[in-house]
Amino acid sequence: MSTRVKVINVSKKFGHVVALNNVSCEVKQGDVFFIIGSSGSGKSTLLRCINRLENVTSGEIWIENDLVTGPKANIRKIREETGMVFQSFNLFPHLSVLENITLAPRIVKKVSSDEAEDRGRTLLKRVGLLDKEKAYPEQLSGGQQQRVAIARALAMNPMVMLFDEPTSALDPEMTKEVLDVMKGLADEGMTMMVVSHEMGFAKAAANKVVYMDNAEIIEMGTPKQIFDNPQMERTQRFLRNVLKA
Amino acid sequence: MAKINNKTKIEVTDGVLIPARDDSAIFSAWRISFYGAISALILLPVLSPEPYKDILLFVPDGVLRTFEVTVLSIIFALFIGLMVGLGRISRFSIINKICTVYVEIIRGIPLLVQLFYIYYALAKFVKIMDITAAVIAMAVCYGAYISEIFRAGIQSIPKGQMEAALALGMTRSQAIYKIILPQTIKVVLPPIGNEFIALLKDSSLVSILAVSDLLRRGREYASTSFFYFETYTMVALIYLILTLFFSRLVAIMEERMKTNVDQS
Repeated sequence: MSTRVKVINVSKKFGHVVALNNVSCEVKQGDVFFIIGSSGSGKSTLLRCINRLENVTSGEIWIENDLVTGPKANIRKIREETGMVFQSFNLFPHLSVLENITLAPRIVKKVSSDEAEDRGRTLLKRVGLLDKEKAYPEQLSGGQQQRVAIARALAMNPMVMLFDEPTSALDPEMTKEVLDVMKGLADEGMTMMVVSHEMGFAKAAANKVVYMDNAEIIEMGTPKQIFDNPQMERTQRFLRNVLKA
Repeated sequence: MAKINNKTKIEVTDGVLIPARDDSAIFSAWRISFYGAISALILLPVLSPEPYKDILLFVPDGVLRTFEVTVLSIIFALFIGLMVGLGRISRFSIINKICTVYVEIIRGIPLLVQLFYIYYALAKFVKIMDITAAVIAMAVCYGAYISEIFRAGIQSIPKGQMEAALALGMTRSQAIYKIILPQTIKVVLPPIGNEFIALLKDSSLVSILAVSDLLRRGREYASTSFFYFETYTMVALIYLILTLFFSRLVAIMEERMKTNVDQS
């Protein structure tokens, strides 16, 4: 399988605070790449560097043959290639569900309204919300909003989906409906990078797991390796604490 | 706004009170003033036509001129305010500086002084009509205040909205026009309504620039008839009715918007 995302020796500093310290990793086509770790360990920052919501301090990031970092990067192309799902959904409150999904294809990709709406409805059907196309975000539950947000990101046909703690703001029941949608995507072969605390989901859906702590990647492997047989002491301690909770 | 200690802050509006229906004290005060002023405006000319009826017949074209100045000024002020408000959040530091300095300068000079200044400064270079000079001066001044409303409104939109738009591949300007500004409008409409009322009142200042607005028409009448008290009573009543009318309109607009938000 070809490489989709390549992160090479990336460091990121916010003032004096080091958020990423010399991080390298590789995501292949079809990977479900899970990033776990305590809060403040740099997981979200890594995702946000990949679609350049943050600029790296040093190092390189590639998406296929496009260099994300550096002054010559085509930022719009990179953002079209990546779809992002946020912890707080960030749906556009003044637009209906369908408009939320069709806006970017129409004004960024210049897709016709009819085509964008057809595709929007297909995506809504896929996340199980076809009957909500005229609703406004605040009329939806958190889980429904997050499913719309996933459909909105998919509407741009991204090569990689970035999930930044997509279920952290949801209660368990809603978490499940969002994870089901994500599992469906994974089964269809979507390349995904997921920052999440859902260890059960990681075991079920991920094929690679990375444990981050203190701005560094501590350990990387298959879910089996990381969860059943972690090599590093810090990973073991983290998992013990998480599983206890 | 006064600071009492580090924690307590009080906010006192310097504009008119907005009579919302659920604020019964202000609403009933508004009703007493509004209907009281209208009754006085009708009763005085009926009970004592000389001079009140004459005054009432003399000033209406002044009311029209007052409206003309107010409406034209607010239109241009909104345009300036939006541009400067966007400039204040611009990533280009030069634009940012220019806009901030403009706001600071304008807000530091009394409107009356600005009116004189712009009127005579403009007159030095170009021959323009009095009303044009008045509108330019009012728009430049109120543009500064309104720009602060736009800036605050834009900054009140959660950061995640811009990030989501950028993440979808939109440019910054697409994100601003399609995502940020439409949400800002709802937030800024009530304070802009207040500015409109404030501008309506401040438009009386242009009477010193030979613009025949309501106040100036009153002065013209008074200086020939010597009915000073009676004339200014009528002028004050008309201003009062206008501002009370518009403040209620702003309140209705706010109520409408609240229910819109609740429904949608």
